[in-house]
Amino acid sequence: MAIQRNMNIGPTAANKIKNQQLTKKYCRFKRTGIKYIDYKDPNFLLKFVNEQGKILPRRITGTSLKFQRRLSTAIKRARLLALLPFVTDLLK
Amino acid sequence: MDIKPKKIKNNYETTFIVSGELTEQEHKDVSEKFLNIMKDADADILNVEQWGLRKLAYPINGKHNGHYTFVEFNSFGELIEKLEREFRYDERVIRFLTVRLDKHAVAYNIKRREQGFGMRQGLGAK
Repeated sequence: MAIQRNMNIGPTAANKIKNQQLTKKYCRFKRTGIKYIDYKDPNFLLKFVNEQGKILPRRITGTSLKFQRRLSTAIKRARLLALLPFVTDLLK
Repeated sequence: MDIKPKKIKNNYETTFIVSGELTEQEHKDVSEKFLNIMKDADADILNVEQWGLRKLAYPINGKHNGHYTFVEFNSFGELIEKLEREFRYDERVIRFLTVRLDKHAVAYNIKRREQGFGMRQGLGAK
């Protein structure tokens, strides 16, 4: 519905866009079999953080709920250890 | 028949940052001091890593870089409270984080140690 409202297009086109986005997403942790997200490795965590240093939502990265929670604790620990900034302007 | 309390050693890893202004010698003293605290409480230290002087992502009470030390050990639970109190007393340590490891984390650390990826400038004191 949101797509239809923002881009004020018909429902069929909206579904097409929605399906297009849905097929692309998958949880990279399940697929690659990663079991533990390490908070000591900032380069890996940078992939899940936007330019301001904020954690990317699941609808963008497509990770499953279980791994999104582990990911956010890892990122918060990395921030505590000053490996990742809390807020910045141009990160990447 | 007294049931002896079953004391299990848990797996922990702790990382602490020593303020950047101190000399190299002082960094060694601080890390030695905490390693000794662990050894006194008969923790067995699996791995010690000095990541050296790194630029902090944000200034911590005015300092822009710090000396990182990373220790993997397993010990009884009581040591952690003592260790953290010691961290708080020592003002040379500007940040510390102690984490209990589950089985996935332990497996990851073993793999990390063997393959040596991540920040592995090794002061590999076993």
